Amino acid sequence: MAALLQHPGYEEERLQRVAEQLPCREVQAGILLSLMGQLPHATVSCVECVSVALLFEQVLLSFFGCDAASLLPRSASLSDFVRIYRQQCSQSPAKQTRYIVMEKAELLRDTDANLLPALLRLQELVEDNVTIILLSEIVWDKFRPNTGCFEPLLLHFPDYSKGELHTILSQDRHPSYSDEFYSSYINILLGVFYSVCRDLRELRHLAALNFSKFCEPLEEGKVKETDTHKLWRNIEPHLKKAMQTVYLREVSSVQWEQMQQTEEKENGALRGLSAHTHVELPYYSKFLLIAAYLASYNPARTDKRFFLKHHGKIRKTNFLKKNEKTSNHLLGPKPFPLDRLLAIFYSVVDSRVAPTASIFSQISSLVTLQLLTQVSHDDQLDAPKYKCAVSMDFICAISRTVNFEIVKYLYDFL
Amino acid sequence: MSTSSVSKGCFVFKPSAKKKKTLSLADHFIHGCEGAENSEKRFKLCQDLWDQIKTDTEVLQDELNRNILDSLLDFTRKCSSTRQHSDWASQMRASEIPTAALVLGVNVPDHDMTFQSLSDLLQQSVTPYVASVQAKDLITIFCHVHPLQVLERLMGTVVTVDDEEEEEAEQTSAQHHKSVHCSLSTLCDWYNTKTKKSNTGTPGKKRSSPVRDGPQQPPVVIIFKDLEAFNPRVLQDFILICSRYIERLPLMFIFGIATSPSTIQHLLPHSVSSLLCIELFQSLSCTQHLATVIDKLILTKQFPFKLNGKVMQVLISIFLYHDFSVRKFIKGIQLALLEHFHSQPLSVLCCKKKEALLNVMQLDHLDLERIRHLLSFKRYVEKQEPREQVDLLTDDTHLKEVCQKLIKDLHKYHKNYYPILRCLHTLTSSLPRYPLGKQIRELHLICLEKNVWESEDYQSAMKLLKMLAKDELIALLQRCAEILQPAKSKKIKSALVQLEDMLTKFKQLDSKYHLSPPESQVLNEVCYYTSSATVRRHLNATPRTSIQAALNSPFYYLQNDRLKTEDGTVSNAAPDICIVYKLHLECGRLITFTTDSDNFGKVDEVKHARFIRAVSELEFLGFIKSTKQKTDHVARLTWGGC
Repeated sequence: MAALLQHPGYEEERLQRVAEQLPCREVQAGILLSLMGQLPHATVSCVECVSVALLFEQVLLSFFGCDAASLLPRSASLSDFVRIYRQQCSQSPAKQTRYIVMEKAELLRDTDANLLPALLRLQELVEDNVTIILLSEIVWDKFRPNTGCFEPLLLHFPDYSKGELHTILSQDRHPSYSDEFYSSYINILLGVFYSVCRDLRELRHLAALNFSKFCEPLEEGKVKETDTHKLWRNIEPHLKKAMQTVYLREVSSVQWEQMQQTEEKENGALRGLSAHTHVELPYYSKFLLIAAYLASYNPARTDKRFFLKHHGKIRKTNFLKKNEKTSNHLLGPKPFPLDRLLAIFYSVVDSRVAPTASIFSQISSLVTLQLLTQVSHDDQLDAPKYKCAVSMDFICAISRTVNFEIVKYLYDFL
Repeated sequence: MSTSSVSKGCFVFKPSAKKKKTLSLADHFIHGCEGAENSEKRFKLCQDLWDQIKTDTEVLQDELNRNILDSLLDFTRKCSSTRQHSDWASQMRASEIPTAALVLGVNVPDHDMTFQSLSDLLQQSVTPYVASVQAKDLITIFCHVHPLQVLERLMGTVVTVDDEEEEEAEQTSAQHHKSVHCSLSTLCDWYNTKTKKSNTGTPGKKRSSPVRDGPQQPPVVIIFKDLEAFNPRVLQDFILICSRYIERLPLMFIFGIATSPSTIQHLLPHSVSSLLCIELFQSLSCTQHLATVIDKLILTKQFPFKLNGKVMQVLISIFLYHDFSVRKFIKGIQLALLEHFHSQPLSVLCCKKKEALLNVMQLDHLDLERIRHLLSFKRYVEKQEPREQVDLLTDDTHLKEVCQKLIKDLHKYHKNYYPILRCLHTLTSSLPRYPLGKQIRELHLICLEKNVWESEDYQSAMKLLKMLAKDELIALLQRCAEILQPAKSKKIKSALVQLEDMLTKFKQLDSKYHLSPPESQVLNEVCYYTSSATVRRHLNATPRTSIQAALNSPFYYLQNDRLKTEDGTVSNAAPDICIVYKLHLECGRLITFTTDSDNFGKVDEVKHARFIRAVSELEFLGFIKSTKQKTDHVARLTWGGC
């Protein structure tokens, strides 16, 4: 392993340490080492830098200390940053290359259009020996601004292979068990999860969660460490279950651990997060939601047919347009104006309802609860438009509680 | 002042109270009060009663929330203690942020109190670092919100929380605020200095003892009050940032959820939700909450103030049909209470029995005349002997004595009514198809309206009862006996005896004597508030009806004598918009200005301008809309009276 990382100009011991920290990345580490050294650098996470000013501040802070950072004005621009950088680096010129490492660099695309091109030419702007390293999970092609920019050097880190994952995960072995035992555990774990998850962080988490269950037959003295097959038989259904629950965060890891301890006594008592979909709503809110659903999924011209008692004859061929039918649910909800919502509401609700303020406030409440979404801008008081944001299952459940057969009123199901 | 109301509308910001000479509450009450002589006494009674109701509801709410709050506290304690473990599994585990998903139901206005007591409790017993964030704080300031604001707010809150404790905290906080930006790393540093200081803190410093006993590193709790309302991107970014610091900073989230826990999955992608370790906490449903409030506040003889059937119906239907808000329900009771004491001079007798008896003796002639005019009293008089009738109507001292007796009777009636109501409910609430309602409040409403034993539902309930299996019936009767046990009244004692014997006798006794509607009781007006229209008008406003009333009869709001008119006509002195409104009612669907402005009077420039202004006001109120076909053409938008 370490053989790969032999490099003139670096101490043997340090290379060894790097190799230990970065298993299975020897090639890439070797290239990086040949390009640069262990030098002054600033690591910045772009998620954290919610404004460019914060990003500049962090860079200056780690290169020149807090005095430099405090020179930045309250809402610093790129030119402020360049000015202060130049001023600072003339005071303390670089002996070696300075590096700015940006994690999650894809977020830079959402900032000012000039930031990314400017960062890529920062060396020229500040006249200093400075290099930018962008870390991203997205290919460079997606970064390229349409105004053009300097092309960076690309270094591709391929996905870990199954074998590499195995090597890395096996390193976290439990202190009280042998290497082989833990390695066989990782083997089984990867057998179940490798097809759905390649995320090292996630796999490590899963390995830690399920290891105690794996050791259970061993603790009870039923099997020996070497009896892999029996161990596999014991753990495999358990891992499959984990894939449907704790991996999807349907149950939390703490709940999962508790389940492992109490499994024999009460099984399946815990329901996942998505099992809780029931929402209690006031009576009129339910009808408002039903009206909104109908308005979102029925074409407006069919309202007459559904909600007018004496709608007269409507020609069938005209009414049922071929491609319009059944497609409404595939196309998703359509926006509708407030007037239409209220008109349908007054027609579906069984009693006579006065147009009170609380009816209107319920519409707003439904928007806050994200069961409706307001499509028009907040400022538009005149005729606001909404969309219904609930699923068919949800609205069917709601309709059942108020004895309203919604399917009879849906154009798609006619 | 907050404009957090979910309704669309205008908000009135009154000028600060300093300029005006402030009137005390009592002055407001006495001003315009019916029967001003004893208004002060009534005000005191009203206030005492309200104070009692208020404290009772608060105690009740605390009790109802106790379970969920306790488990939340346990959760936070457990999380902060497992953090400090260093066994293999917890080291290996990717560090998740412990998160409590608190499902509170859609009655958002009620949540504030729960969160308040939650953060108080947390601060008392677990950690001083608790911050609450609300989505509206972020949305209203900027359209495009960044987590930065969340952070700044968090630090602000955390710092202010501690301001009282130590002065140095203020200094450090000032430094932080001086620095260009707040970020989690600054929060981290601040937290480290704080905890280090408290760990090596000098013994002389006053610190609340629970914190010292608590974990060495108290968690930093962030409460998201209304998760649904948050911008998903802001939330995701915020969680991502926090997860970078979880190793250095013991963060903890509490999500307040109004709808269902699956919203978490709608809001957060797997990459973000995998950073959280979510545990679910379900609070009591609001209907259960209401049932408890009704049980403890309404169905008890403890409070002399009562609501009649219609008012109860209005309050309950507002709750069930509109908002699910227990707080609003209690506000409704408060309104009824105030109105009752304000408008009913005889409400001076609406108090505890002893006090009421005293107050009867202090009634003056005017009050006694009022009693004589009460409907229930008139009915009572009619049933008396002619001699007695004359005495009652002329002799004040005699009337006072009789009143004392009647008040005693009324109290006795209440004393018997509630236990028997509960018995009947116990017997009928488990019958198939619930002939007398599933909830006790439904039965109570029936009893308030009419003679329950005459209703068909009652008959069918009794039939069903007769068909019950013996052991079921015995179990029910035993529960009834338990309810009646503490009652002292002799009649109920005898009911108890009979109850143990057989069902039929019990049945006859129970409802006829004790569940008669309160209207049949003499002097019920003293205790029962009956004006359901007032309550409805105040609690369930109808803006359109009010606008139409104002336009139709401006006198109703302006109170100017010149505006008084015969029905259907409009006075010359009425505001322009009223005249234009009247004119537009006479037109068809499409209205042309020229004909309309002719009706308005002889055309001169000023009048024409006034006309145009009135038309645009009408358009602003949503009665007409320009058609875009012709410039002087508008379409009517409303039809019929509402």
